[in-house]
Amino acid sequence: MSTKLDVYRFDPETDQDPSRKQYEVDLPEYGTVLEGLLEVRDAQDGTLSMRCSCRSAICGSCSMKINGQSRLACKTLISQIEHEGETITVDPMGNMPVIKDLVVDMDSFWDKMKTVGPYLKPEGPEPERENLVSNDSMMRLAVAMNCIMCGACVSDCTVLEVDKSFLGPAALAKAFRFAADPRDGHTEERLKSYVEPSGIWDCTRCNMCVQACPKDVEPMERIMDMRVMAIESGLTDSRGARHVEGFSNSVKHSGLLDEFALARKTFGFPKWGFELAPFGIRRLLRRRLPPIIHKGISTAKRVTRIFERLGV
Amino acid sequence: MRQHDVIVIGGGLAGMRAAQQAQAMGADVAMISKIFPTRSHSAAAQGGINAAVGVGDSWEDHAYDTVKGSDYLGDQDAIEVLCEEGPADIIALERMGVIFNRNGEGQIDMRAFGGATNVRTCYVADQTGQVILHVMWEQLLKSGLTVYSERFVTELLQEDGRISGCVALEIPTGRIEIFQTRAIVLATGGIGQVYYPTTNGLAVTGDGLALAYRAGASLMDMEMIQHHPTTLKANGVLITEGARGEGAYLLNSVGERFMENYAPNMKELASRDVVSRAETMEVRAGRAVDGDCVLLDLRHLGRDLVMTKLTQIFELARDYAGTNVLEEPLPIRPGHHYIMGGIKTDVDGRTWDPSGQGRWKGAEGLFAAGETANVSVHGGNRLGGNSLLDTVVFGRRSGAGAVEYARSVGWASVNENAAINGLESRIKDIFSRPSDGLRAATLRRQMGTAMNDGIAVFRNEEGMQKTLATIRAIKERLPEVSVHNKGRLFNTDLLSVLELDYMLDVAESVGMGAVTRKESRGAHAREDFPDRNDEDWLKHIVVARSEDGQAEVGFLPVTMTKWEPIARTY
Repeated sequence: MSTKLDVYRFDPETDQDPSRKQYEVDLPEYGTVLEGLLEVRDAQDGTLSMRCSCRSAICGSCSMKINGQSRLACKTLISQIEHEGETITVDPMGNMPVIKDLVVDMDSFWDKMKTVGPYLKPEGPEPERENLVSNDSMMRLAVAMNCIMCGACVSDCTVLEVDKSFLGPAALAKAFRFAADPRDGHTEERLKSYVEPSGIWDCTRCNMCVQACPKDVEPMERIMDMRVMAIESGLTDSRGARHVEGFSNSVKHSGLLDEFALARKTFGFPKWGFELAPFGIRRLLRRRLPPIIHKGISTAKRVTRIFERLGV
Repeated sequence: MRQHDVIVIGGGLAGMRAAQQAQAMGADVAMISKIFPTRSHSAAAQGGINAAVGVGDSWEDHAYDTVKGSDYLGDQDAIEVLCEEGPADIIALERMGVIFNRNGEGQIDMRAFGGATNVRTCYVADQTGQVILHVMWEQLLKSGLTVYSERFVTELLQEDGRISGCVALEIPTGRIEIFQTRAIVLATGGIGQVYYPTTNGLAVTGDGLALAYRAGASLMDMEMIQHHPTTLKANGVLITEGARGEGAYLLNSVGERFMENYAPNMKELASRDVVSRAETMEVRAGRAVDGDCVLLDLRHLGRDLVMTKLTQIFELARDYAGTNVLEEPLPIRPGHHYIMGGIKTDVDGRTWDPSGQGRWKGAEGLFAAGETANVSVHGGNRLGGNSLLDTVVFGRRSGAGAVEYARSVGWASVNENAAINGLESRIKDIFSRPSDGLRAATLRRQMGTAMNDGIAVFRNEEGMQKTLATIRAIKERLPEVSVHNKGRLFNTDLLSVLELDYMLDVAESVGMGAVTRKESRGAHAREDFPDRNDEDWLKHIVVARSEDGQAEVGFLPVTMTKWEPIARTY
């Protein structure tokens, strides 16, 4: 099967700007993008640099943008993406600087990983043998432990594109793995640090990380898990938590969102007035300001009953 | 020049465990790894890690199974250490954070594995190696270990036969770095890429074995190469033994569970060498599927079990074979997987004979652990689940051994300029060749194919000699190999030439061991010598460099403690 590859090329030592190079390779059935690139590197053009090792989606080395989406080259079959176009485009991961060609500098990725305290911190006396914990509690962590730290989620994260300080989906999925571990003795302390700015409340739930993750870690869902854990453990004094609480209260009692009240609740008084004034004026000019006097729906009591039945 | 008391080369499980132990003992230790540590091939270990931690099991039973699995070539003193100390290491891993699957009491659960008389394989679904590797990495972050990542070690430095340091190429920048040290632990993993195809990753090129060999250490039982019974035809990727441990069947083309004829008691869970041979014999008898495959049948295990305990297998089969294992059996075949042989060490990881009697050739100050080393606990055939245990037990012991040794000696001197110039001129020489010359990948494929043709599941004199001759012919052509890439940054083209150089030394030593052993034992199944011959061949074969730089074969006795060799049936 003949396959066309259009590959990003950049050697900062010799090139002024990045360029693209086209290759054609012949691959067997079940051929992957990685096999295509290896064919290029081994036989046609040895100047192409990339990272790769296991060929079976477990080492996490070969994450790159394939047809614009971050994926593992070894897990991406040509046959899977044929419908996306005749030529396959290959680019380095995003949100990380390029070292050469498809190789990126992952230092910021590892540094963020380190800031979430990515190791078990048990408390109290050591058990005589292993810790006795339920299989379910361990398998809940297995979802996050599936992470092979390939960087695909970070590469496609839309928050990181605009805010470099965001801890990002990979580090936060790792954070979940420890916050939810019954053997850890610092859950509260961990959650306290994760609700700080740049943490769990900065995710915009765009779902890109869930789509990019080749190991079904669903980082965004792990972030949502931690939001629930944070609120449940009483960490309600953050903008994100107040936003959730205000949203839920408004709908519970009036059946409708009171946008002014939500802004007051989220940002706190009188700060909301200053911070949101420019935004409010813009919306006023576009005649898109919500009603200043909030009126609930006529059947609000029924909504309240639903909330009560759900116990929230 | 950088200085550390102990340097660990290799960032997989054995290396991390060695570094952790050395650091815990208060030594100034650093790790050098060709790839980022979590990219190491330990991550690919799927099925589990053995130890007698369960009620009703004993380390003696584990030891006996291992001795029998090794076809009596394993050193029994080393096997006793492995099995007796193993349970404590498993408990230690759990406390560090490994999320082992649990039984109803919340204890570590175990699954059945090949060649074991008891259920003793602890596991995390089918990603055991990955989880343990990542947890060990977490521990290294916690302790703040110095890690030099993406550095390719090209040479071990010595003064008067004693290790003094090493030379490394920093891959992202192309800079040469010199390290001075008192002791080195080599933990660079297996030799997978010497074979084609293989289950092993592209980074697994056996560099460590060649570095040790060139520094004067002995390579032992190199002919003992494991072919895993279940690998995918398309790309050689591994399908865990855990599948059979959970109850999967092997079927031939007529739908027969053929293992009943080869191993009436253990059936699919006989030792790997036995199962791989049985599969090959079915193929030769004309009962193959897809040319040279048989079938792995998981259908009766049910969706729930497969989707919770064998998830990775479900995905690999779907992605690389287009097979839904819940609905149809999966074509598989034996494929290169592991080397039981390696750098000869004692139970503390020392590559040299500490008794001073020079019973084998070694390099003072050089330690080795994991697949790189041969302690020897696997002998002629490794049991599934014993390799991860080998890495944590002997990784720990070699880390401790290295610290003790480092404390007993001063610094040996390093000629920094000479070391830098040595590698620089080697690179300059490669760069000076015309760019359109021979590709390293071409020779690498020829070598891998020759190895798999002649030194695989079944062997004979003619085939092995042919392979050995091919390897030596390829070695002759090494100076013709050139590169397209003459830049400094992340030059994997250059790396492929340097790696090939080491791989050929390793391939030759495998061939030399193979033609020397004139019997069938463990994974070394000879058609021309079909029986085990304890009288003449119950001994280790070592390959070491002679004074004039040639590879030379020697022998070492097998250490027996309490298990006399008997016929091996499953």
